[in-house]
Amino acid sequence: MSRRKDDTPSVATYADYEVITPPHELRKVLAPAGDDVDDPVGRAEAALAELSSEFAGWMDSECDRLEAARQDVKRDGFTQKTHDILFRAAHDIKGEAGTFGFPAVVGVAESLCRLIEHTPDMQRIPLPLIDQHVDAIRAVVREYARPDLLDAATALTKRLREVTDEFLKAENSFRPDYLENIFAPPLVPGG
Amino acid sequence: MRRILRTLLHGFGTREVYEAEDGAAGLEAFTHYLPDIVITDWVMPIFDGLELAQMIRQPGANANPYVPIIMLTGHSEKKRVIGARDAGVTEFLAKPISAKALYERIFNVVANPRPFVKTKTYFGPDRRRNVNPNYVGPERRKGGKAEVMRQQPLLEKARVTV
Repeated sequence: MSRRKDDTPSVATYADYEVITPPHELRKVLAPAGDDVDDPVGRAEAALAELSSEFAGWMDSECDRLEAARQDVKRDGFTQKTHDILFRAAHDIKGEAGTFGFPAVVGVAESLCRLIEHTPDMQRIPLPLIDQHVDAIRAVVREYARPDLLDAATALTKRLREVTDEFLKAENSFRPDYLENIFAPPLVPGG
Repeated sequence: MRRILRTLLHGFGTREVYEAEDGAAGLEAFTHYLPDIVITDWVMPIFDGLELAQMIRQPGANANPYVPIIMLTGHSEKKRVIGARDAGVTEFLAKPISAKALYERIFNVVANPRPFVKTKTYFGPDRRRNVNPNYVGPERRKGGKAEVMRQQPLLEKARVTV
């Protein structure tokens, strides 16, 4: 059932479900077998390498965006709007920092995302803990060239994650299923 | 992230890449351009990648509800992954993305497409990626002999009518 053996569009109707074989327009883009010369992954990596000189500037822009989101929260408090903007800023750093050459930032950004996303009452998110995360992200990016940066970033990430997890466990103690889910190991294979 | 993706896709040889900055713009672009593959982030303004997938997987509501959907995600918790799978997402790709991992996902939807299953509560790619010969439990897909009906290629039909 998992793979289609026949490209012909069809619908197989059973008692309470249908199995549909849609048209497969993409088949024609496949390279013929034995085309070992083509290296699309190598081409893409080379294209990405050409962009890499801009990554540090993009990372700075993402940090500025996160800082602006933090200032909005401090000024207006947590509203749905400020909450979502802060989460998206942290989420984008979490997703992009590795690609931009700042993998040591990912763990702190992930911890910040968890704090924002999994606190059931946003008004109870501790602002000092938000500050510590945002300051840590900015500091790690700023000091990335330091030779001892990795050790410091690892220790910082570990402590922030511990404090965040402890807080989340307390805040979500009334919903054990949710708690179990957010502390379960990830399912999605990495990039 | 969109610029990274576009760079990788062009590197693979993709000729046309259309971008949208939020879920609503993404749905509009999908309707307008009829892309061969949709790559979406999970977290987006207005509506998210999960909602976008649900809107695309509406048989009869748009020109190609069968389009492969690849979801980029930092959300790897089990509940979320299952929720996205049940919304009809074809492939997942955890961030940070790499050229190799993105290529593998695209290759998979092109070379090994799964049939679609339509039930009262689900429409999307077959969620059973493998057949387990040792499966013990209720057979949820029950029913009589299959009735096979040839189907007019929907994408061709859509392209003719647009």
